[in-house]
Amino acid sequence: MTTTTSTPAVRKPIAWRRVALHAGCLAALLVMLYPLAWLLATSLKPATEVIASLDLLPSKLEWSNYKTALDGVNDVSVTQLLTNSLLIAGGAVIGNVISCSLAAYAFARLRFRFRGPLFAFMIATIMLPHHAVLIPQYIIFNQLGMVNTYWPLILPKFLATEAFFVFLIVQFMRGLPRELEEAARIDGCGPFRSFFSVILPLTRPALITTAIFTFIWTWNDFFTQLIYLFSPEKFTLTLALRSFVDASSTSAFGPMFAMSVIALLPIVLFFLAFQRFLVEGMANSGIKG
Amino acid sequence: MTTTQLPTAAEPRRVEVPKKPPRRQREGAAWVFLSPWVLGACVLTLLPMAVSFYLSFTDYDLFNSPNWVGLRNYTQMFTEDPRYWRSVGATLMYVVIAVPLQLALALVVALALKNMKHGRAFYRSAFYAPSLLGASMSIALVWRAIFNDGGTVDNLFGTGGWVNKPGWALFAVALLTVWQFGAPMVIFLAGLQQIPGELYEAAEVDGASRWRQFLSITVPMLSPVIFFNLVLQTIQAFQVFTPAFAVSAGKGGPADSTLFYTLYLYDRGFVASHMGYASAMAWVLLIAIGAITAVLFRTSRSWVFYASEGDR
Repeated sequence: MTTTTSTPAVRKPIAWRRVALHAGCLAALLVMLYPLAWLLATSLKPATEVIASLDLLPSKLEWSNYKTALDGVNDVSVTQLLTNSLLIAGGAVIGNVISCSLAAYAFARLRFRFRGPLFAFMIATIMLPHHAVLIPQYIIFNQLGMVNTYWPLILPKFLATEAFFVFLIVQFMRGLPRELEEAARIDGCGPFRSFFSVILPLTRPALITTAIFTFIWTWNDFFTQLIYLFSPEKFTLTLALRSFVDASSTSAFGPMFAMSVIALLPIVLFFLAFQRFLVEGMANSGIKG
Repeated sequence: MTTTQLPTAAEPRRVEVPKKPPRRQREGAAWVFLSPWVLGACVLTLLPMAVSFYLSFTDYDLFNSPNWVGLRNYTQMFTEDPRYWRSVGATLMYVVIAVPLQLALALVVALALKNMKHGRAFYRSAFYAPSLLGASMSIALVWRAIFNDGGTVDNLFGTGGWVNKPGWALFAVALLTVWQFGAPMVIFLAGLQQIPGELYEAAEVDGASRWRQFLSITVPMLSPVIFFNLVLQTIQAFQVFTPAFAVSAGKGGPADSTLFYTLYLYDRGFVASHMGYASAMAWVLLIAIGAITAVLFRTSRSWVFYASEGDR
């Protein structure tokens, strides 16, 4: 903010530029938010207006779409679907937070043989396409009789298979001063005490980021659920929506998008509540890597 | 406790610390912390990779025990399966269209927000939101409707529904990826804010134009972040599944134009139960992604600039 070179003649175009910048950003925002506005509006439109009408806004609010949506799909109510989705996402969150923070502490702070190669291997698995391991994992879970249960969706999270989060927490722990643990060691803490009492509480921001991202990614996940779950009563909201993919009749449009709104709601709420953690977490994943 | 003896950075005041537990004991503790990860890496990563490598040389179908067929899956894939090549073509086309567009938009928006005084946090969050929503089935269904016959795009431009036209359906899916530019944008913005302001001040004094500053300061200083985003988004784009599934009702149509590699792999493995064939496809994908990443890393030496090596 130096004023040495700026004269009124130069300042004016800068003010104009600022206005243009905001106008551009707002315009971009409108385009970006259009699909969401469309979704909300369509979920409240009467069946006749979904395709025929060009107006974004419905002529009258058709709340019965939501009533139909609450009845669910294949005789499974939305409450059931929502519970199933929450169960999987909740299990995944707990699993990831526990297993990834344990592994991260070892990588960030403890000395052990092959630490370098193992860390490199862990980083490499971030880039590993899921599909390379998918079929044998399916066979393994099939042998264990776990197909069409939630175990294949939750159990891997307890084994720190999502290396991205291990990496995220490692980066965070490396930023904590080492003196803390030295002080703890002087006070007689072993690695376990100093992990649970000193490091873990300080790592809370990274753990919250892990928890939120895990929740959202698991909530949105479709592929894994599509493969492992086939009984309608075990379906999640995502899988139930998939049933609408095959139904091409436009009469189901209103309820389908009403259910889509219901399925998006938790993510939107999470975003509004935790946006700082999400944006910061994403920003840090890049610049420290 | 003397001030004359300066502690080295590597071993800060080790003398004061009471004696550490023996090395083996500390090692044991590390393996306890690592045990879930080690188990997962062995049972859910390494073992499956080995098994799928073996299965790729068999005719395994989930129900009968696998028979060794040698390279047949691979030769069939490369020489006798036109759908395979169409899926490769669709995937490459999608990656080449979607990733550069998404990153370019992300960079432009990050540059626009960089010097903004009011409202930056708001825009940053708002532009980031689609990155969280975009992978969902809900949004994929919205996309299909907006780009369908009689949908918004048809009404605005009179082009008809994109999702029903072989040359256009891919663009609709690519635009969904572009729509999620927020995640790389946030990373770009964080990178931009780390560039020291003195560099620009010095350039200003030297009379460099804004474009010149962009080319000579912003691009080289930001190149590690550009590289990071490029690698990450490319790898992710190769694995996109949900939107193609939703837009084409799981078929990859019209005319296989959205038959992404992952979609065809799912079709072969889990719909047609040709697990051996699908395993071979998975290994080719793995090797292809590995090769592309290696090429990106190799070329990065000539254009990625690390200002402070050893900064971790």
